[in-house]
Amino acid sequence: MPTLNDYLILSAILFAIGTAGVFVRRNLITILLSIEIMLNAVNLSFVAFGRSLGTADGQIIVFFVMTVAAAEAAVGLAIVIGLFRHRESLNPDTFTSLKW
Amino acid sequence: MLLLIPAFPLVGFLLNASFGRRVSKGVAATIACAAMLMSFAVSVAAVARLVGLPADARAIAQTAFNWIESDTLKIDLTLLLDPLSSVMILVVTGIGSLIHVYSTAYMHDEADPEYARYFSYLNLFAAFMLVLVLGANFLVMFVGWEGVGLCSYLLIGFWYQKKSASDAGKKAFIVNRIGDWGFILGVLLVFVRFGTLDFQKVAGAASQLSPEATFGTLSIITLLLFIGATGKSAQIPLFVWLPDAMEGPTPVSALIHAATMVTAGVYMIGRNAVLFGHAPMTLTIVAIVGTATALIAGTIGLVQNDIKKVLAYSTVSQLGYMFLAMGVGAYAAGIFHLYTHAFFKALLFLGSGAVIHALSGEQDMRKMGGLKKDLPITYWTFVVGAIAIAGVPPFAGFFSKDEILFRTFASGHTVLWGVGLLTALLTAAYMFRLVFLTFHGSRSQSENHSNHDNLLHHSNDLNPSNHSHLHDAPLPMAIALIVLAVGSITAGWVGLGGRFEKFLEPSFGPPLSESRAGLQAGLAEGGVETTLMIVSVVVALAGIGIAAYFFLKNRAAADRMAERFSGVHRVLEHKYYLDEIYDAAIVQPIQIVSEDGLWKGVDIGVIDRTVNGVGQAVSGTSEVLRLFHTGSVRAYAASVFLGAVLVLGYYLWR
Amino acid sequence: MTLFYLFAAVAVIASLLVIAQRNPIYSVLLLIASFGALSGLYVMLDAPFVAVTQIIVYAGAIMVLFLFVVMLLHAPAEETEHDERVHPLRRPGPMWFGAVLAAALVVELLWALTRAGGGTGAFPAAEVISVRAIGQALFTDYAFQFEVTSILILVAMVGAVILAKREAAKP
Repeated sequence: MPTLNDYLILSAILFAIGTAGVFVRRNLITILLSIEIMLNAVNLSFVAFGRSLGTADGQIIVFFVMTVAAAEAAVGLAIVIGLFRHRESLNPDTFTSLKW
Repeated sequence: MLLLIPAFPLVGFLLNASFGRRVSKGVAATIACAAMLMSFAVSVAAVARLVGLPADARAIAQTAFNWIESDTLKIDLTLLLDPLSSVMILVVTGIGSLIHVYSTAYMHDEADPEYARYFSYLNLFAAFMLVLVLGANFLVMFVGWEGVGLCSYLLIGFWYQKKSASDAGKKAFIVNRIGDWGFILGVLLVFVRFGTLDFQKVAGAASQLSPEATFGTLSIITLLLFIGATGKSAQIPLFVWLPDAMEGPTPVSALIHAATMVTAGVYMIGRNAVLFGHAPMTLTIVAIVGTATALIAGTIGLVQNDIKKVLAYSTVSQLGYMFLAMGVGAYAAGIFHLYTHAFFKALLFLGSGAVIHALSGEQDMRKMGGLKKDLPITYWTFVVGAIAIAGVPPFAGFFSKDEILFRTFASGHTVLWGVGLLTALLTAAYMFRLVFLTFHGSRSQSENHSNHDNLLHHSNDLNPSNHSHLHDAPLPMAIALIVLAVGSITAGWVGLGGRFEKFLEPSFGPPLSESRAGLQAGLAEGGVETTLMIVSVVVALAGIGIAAYFFLKNRAAADRMAERFSGVHRVLEHKYYLDEIYDAAIVQPIQIVSEDGLWKGVDIGVIDRTVNGVGQAVSGTSEVLRLFHTGSVRAYAASVFLGAVLVLGYYLWR
Repeated sequence: MTLFYLFAAVAVIASLLVIAQRNPIYSVLLLIASFGALSGLYVMLDAPFVAVTQIIVYAGAIMVLFLFVVMLLHAPAEETEHDERVHPLRRPGPMWFGAVLAAALVVELLWALTRAGGGTGAFPAAEVISVRAIGQALFTDYAFQFEVTSILILVAMVGAVILAKREAAKP
């Protein structure tokens, strides 16, 4: 039977993958996808912890996380669309006006 | 009532300083003279009241307010009238009033605002001087001490547009300051040693001690106080400011640098007679310094050509006599000489002022002569003053100078007595040299000739006026001259029979040694006193005779003497090169240290560099740090992430 | 157990491919696969409600939204970066940095796990948490948070509409 540690290790790996994606990719949408990966990893660990404690709290937190993730994805994509209209590019390196 | 005495001149100062420039000369003069005369009247009344008290309780004190009240230090603004200060206030207010009256005519050529400024300064000086002599503790005296120094600076540099005058004012103030440094240290030590600054309390505490055989605390205290006195009263080594102070108007020279301010040092020693009496080593130093100063100043005065400079060196010399008197313990004699000297020195200065006024600013004696018939009042009053200073009886100077010489001899300082006698010879000689050169003979220049400093308005004293001033002194000046002349004759008579000394006795504490009084009585009875008296008179007449030979009868002989001893003559003429020595030894090093060392080295090099350096460091750092703002969001996110990883690692490490 | 490893493997591989793909559409679809695997894991953890919500909300709504945007922006037409064919650790600047940091993060988290200990035992026996239980908790204990979340969604909706609006034509 999988133990709590197993789930936590899996969550850690997924989280690291998501973080790596944020830095490695040069496409704004892929970056947002990586953020979703991270959120999911966290969801997994919440549910695992909730299960190990035997309460419903873990799942409820996940419920809220999902809601927030949805809202964040919506707003984030709206911003991406706005940015795309300005520079015709999805590369974050083109948006460097706030330079020294 | 005591507070009124300095208050009147102070009010006069305030009025003239505030409104003087808007009123006419007559009003300004009236305010000033009235202030002084009222102060004189109150002084006379106060002294009359004092005399009415029994001899051993002759002290009136009046406290204005409680000034400083901290843990151990309690000082009140208290004025004390006792025999010593009564003499001083009469001198200051009496002669001060005469000089104020004199000045109304002397300064008449000034512009209205300047006239009022002059009188405001003069009144302020009188107020401070009265505070000085009436102060009941060291601190009040010091207020007056500093105040008269300030007024001296203001008045010496009265014609400040002239560089030599403003330089002289600065010199006076700075040299005085050096003396004041010693004075302040002395006062601090007094407080440390006795816990109080009140004169009477200090005297009471000191009289319980026995005189110091070695150089102990009291000797240090008194030596420091004496350093202050050398500054204020122009003794060696700090007398260099007094001849330069002749740049000021002549009445100022008369009042401040002859009669009153320069006597502050003598008064201070008299005030602390008990303290000084318990420090015999310092007293010896005082006597030696006084005698040396008297001799050196006398020799310099012998060859000066400016009439006021001769009188200035004469003042230094006579002050030396006063310090000699203090140094041998004859405090009353010193104050007596102070009192008589005030009369005839003020007279001599005012007389020279009349001469300068008549000659439209000429001060070089070599260009004078033959004024005897043109300025009769001036001439005769001047002669009275000269005889008085030479020490011929029954004029005033004889009594006081003879008393000093007798006391010096009686206390065993025979060498000092001899030097004092020699200086008396010199005094008579240079004073009558001045009289003969100025008033006798024929004038080698025409009228209206003033060749000094035509560039500026005030050539030494006055405008080069277009009309001849060659008339005798105008009425206000003449009044002052005549009154002072009468005083120069009669002032000495109060000392007859030892009345003056007995009057001052309560101020100086009990006589230190009964044996000395006995010695003096013994000598007096033995006819020694009379012998010494005759010796001094002979010396004085000899001096007059020498001057008469060289400057009345045979002026060429004087020039030949000057050529024969030209080296000596030059040294004397340049005042022993003392100013040059001071400049090279003290002033230049200080200037170099200040300019190259402290200014360029420390201020610019270190401080500015540090402050600017800090600014540049910040600027440089920010130049580097701003490169972090790449504008790349991913870089920012990376740094956030890095921070998170590091923080996590830190917590795991712990 | 094998089921766990299966789902875990699918999730990890799918996520890796998400960040490795050049074409965003492939990334989105692979992410949906990853979500599916995660949903299976949730079922294994006796959390059917979360599992189903994951599929419905995440995979069904959010990913569809992503797809819409990707299509809208014609994103597939672009992105032929040379760097993306190179191994992450050999790319320049923030990329390299991020990769290294991600690895460091994994190490740290594992280290934290080993230090904290615990959790090595099997899950305690408990009943499956029903929808009814979640609903009750949600509307009583967490009622305030629930309402706030609804406001949050409202704000997000308004914000998204405004941010994505085309600029009004000049009159």
